[in-house]
Amino acid sequence: MTGSGSLPTPHPDPADAVGPVGTAGPAEAVRRTVIVSGVASDSHTWNLIYLQMLVEELGYDVVNLGACVPDDLLVRECQARRPDLVVLSSVNGHGYQDGLRVVEKLRAIPALGETPIVIGGKLGVRGAESQERVGRLLAAGFDAVFDDRADAVVAFRGFAAVLPGRAVGGLL
Amino acid sequence: MGFSDAVRRLGSGAGLVVQPRMGFEDPARMRAGLAATRAAAAATVGTLTVDSFTRLGDLESVRNALAEGTELNGYPIASHPAETTRAILDGLASDDFPVQVRHGSAQPQPIFQALVAAGLHASEGGPVSYCLPYGRTPLDESVRNWRAGCHELLRAQDLGAEPHLESFGGCLLGQLCPPSLLVAVSVLEAMFFHGEGIRSLSVSYAQQTNMAQDREAVHALRRLCAELLPDADCHIVVYTYMGLYPRTPGGARRLLARAVELAVDTGAERLIVKTEAEAYRIPTVEENVAALEFAGAVARSLTDRRDGAALATHLEAGPGTRATDGGEVYAEAAQLVHAVLDCDADLGRALSAAFKRGLLDVPYCLHPDNAGRTRSFIDTDGRLRWADTGDLPLPPGTAAGGRRSVTSAALMSALSYVRDAYDRPDLASEPALRLAEPDPGPPTLEGAPR
Ligand code: B12
Repeated sequence: MTGSGSLPTPHPDPADAVGPVGTAGPAEAVRRTVIVSGVASDSHTWNLIYLQMLVEELGYDVVNLGACVPDDLLVRECQARRPDLVVLSSVNGHGYQDGLRVVEKLRAIPALGETPIVIGGKLGVRGAESQERVGRLLAAGFDAVFDDRADAVVAFRGFAAVLPGRAVGGLL
Repeated sequence: MGFSDAVRRLGSGAGLVVQPRMGFEDPARMRAGLAATRAAAAATVGTLTVDSFTRLGDLESVRNALAEGTELNGYPIASHPAETTRAILDGLASDDFPVQVRHGSAQPQPIFQALVAAGLHASEGGPVSYCLPYGRTPLDESVRNWRAGCHELLRAQDLGAEPHLESFGGCLLGQLCPPSLLVAVSVLEAMFFHGEGIRSLSVSYAQQTNMAQDREAVHALRRLCAELLPDADCHIVVYTYMGLYPRTPGGARRLLARAVELAVDTGAERLIVKTEAEAYRIPTVEENVAALEFAGAVARSLTDRRDGAALATHLEAGPGTRATDGGEVYAEAAQLVHAVLDCDADLGRALSAAFKRGLLDVPYCLHPDNAGRTRSFIDTDGRLRWADTGDLPLPPGTAAGGRRSVTSAALMSALSYVRDAYDRPDLASEPALRLAEPDPGPPTLEGAPR
């Protein structure tokens, strides 16, 4: 899907998803792909729609996996698509637990060893996260944790704007 | 006594019955929360809100969380033994203080089994409203699960109770859905429950962006229920705004007061409140009690006005709209409902078929079984309208037409329309200070019974 002006649609089923290379012209063959996804227990989607648009506006192709994405579906999609960035979002308060579990599964895949993976949103049920819990998420394999603070989106935009290229990201 | 009867009886004195969304994984805290709800200075009913892992049937994650002491966003009713839930309710749940289980699951059978085993009989949801906005379970499967779920709940009859179901259709994605679709789905789901044998029902409507339109919607709901469910025992529940919530305490209270006004003016029997913590995190027991008592007080002060409500509604809605008849919202909702009923004699199959054909289509919904051809917008008068009706069976001219170009900033401003309007008075005075997150207070005090 390319950043087009109209509202995004998800790619619930990889079979009917339009791959970034298929939609990009030859000059754009190097357009980079970002996977935006909810986590297993979280059904919120406005956050995903918003993040998809935001990332598209930065010039990436986005595959939005939607809400309540089971761990194996996320792993399969990341393995198949080799994205340049994986953005997990959770606001229901279980993001800490869902995120810890799934990032270990993602990092266990050799091809995803170097892929930037970030998580953000409302990750617990008590508001802002403790340093300790953020530290555990980072230790488990996230490159960045965008806790629900006023500057989270600005910080994320800065992070996503300067992603290393494909070759540097080791994805070719 | 059925839940609807109990709500009516409780409300006959106070005017409006108020209810929290409340759920904690810890049984002691859950019991303290129910006790505080019951003791609150308002006509209240209690809530057990179920956590997200249980909603998805992931009981292993519940076990891990309980073992590690990680907090959940609700009460894991299918994991704690029935005796634990009974002990939580013991001496609290009664005809004077009915307790409803709220859950958000497209596989409700285990939850209904657990609540019946614990001696409860009231819950909510629906094959559409707990499917499309709540994950990726196929709609057909959700319809099958909800049929089976209704039969599970009917077992409460063997224990001498009257099972109750509320449709969550009045919420859907919480925001940016034109009211006629909310009303239609709520009525259709109530009819589905009725068809499966549930006799005590409620239908819902979530406050949106414009008071006059919201009033029409609640009247439309009542009128459609009278027409289509004449022999059901059905009441109306209003949800305080379900979209991005104001971040200032003042804004949060003003929006809640507006929801109370909507409920009282339209004669809705029950209101689900929101707290000052809504924009940030799961509210504490104290924050819930404060919201219940505030809503109760506003309701009492408005109840006197209620008799003149019909007149007031007419005046405010302006000429040409017959608000107490449900006006424009009724007309659209009735067309949607009848188009679905015409799809199939079996309502479950009709609902699936309607979504396949785009006769029902929730704007901005990412679920694979939603056609995704409709779009909505907030008009200059604050009403929520269709920008694109897709294949909805609505007359030409209903949609304002012209797909607006949508950016992340434009989406955010539509999502924030209500939040910002209600926050504005407080932000104008002291922006930095007022945006601070409310302090949840020392954790040890939260579970203290009142
Ligand atoms: C709308 C809504 C719903 C709708 C969702 C419909 C849908 N399909 O999306 C419905 C009604 C279905 C719903 C259900 C539930 N909800 Co809800 N919901 C909300 C509400 C009111 C608004 C959320 C919203 O639309 N936001 C719009 C988007 C654009 O903003 P956002 O989600 O806040 O995300 C922003 C930031 O968090 C950040 N961000 C998010 N992710 C990421 C990721 C990265 C990388 C970065 C950089 C930033 C980032 O960027 C976004 C823009 O600023 C919020 C409260 C609020 N905020 O007012 C509660 C809220 C999120 N819900 C909550 C809960 C708990 C639930 C339920 C579990 C029910 C319950 N127990 O109350 C269920 C979910 C079931 C499940 N399996 O997950 C809680 C979460 C509590 C917590 N974390 O402590 C909240 C905060 C309400 C509350 N105070 O209790 N909900």
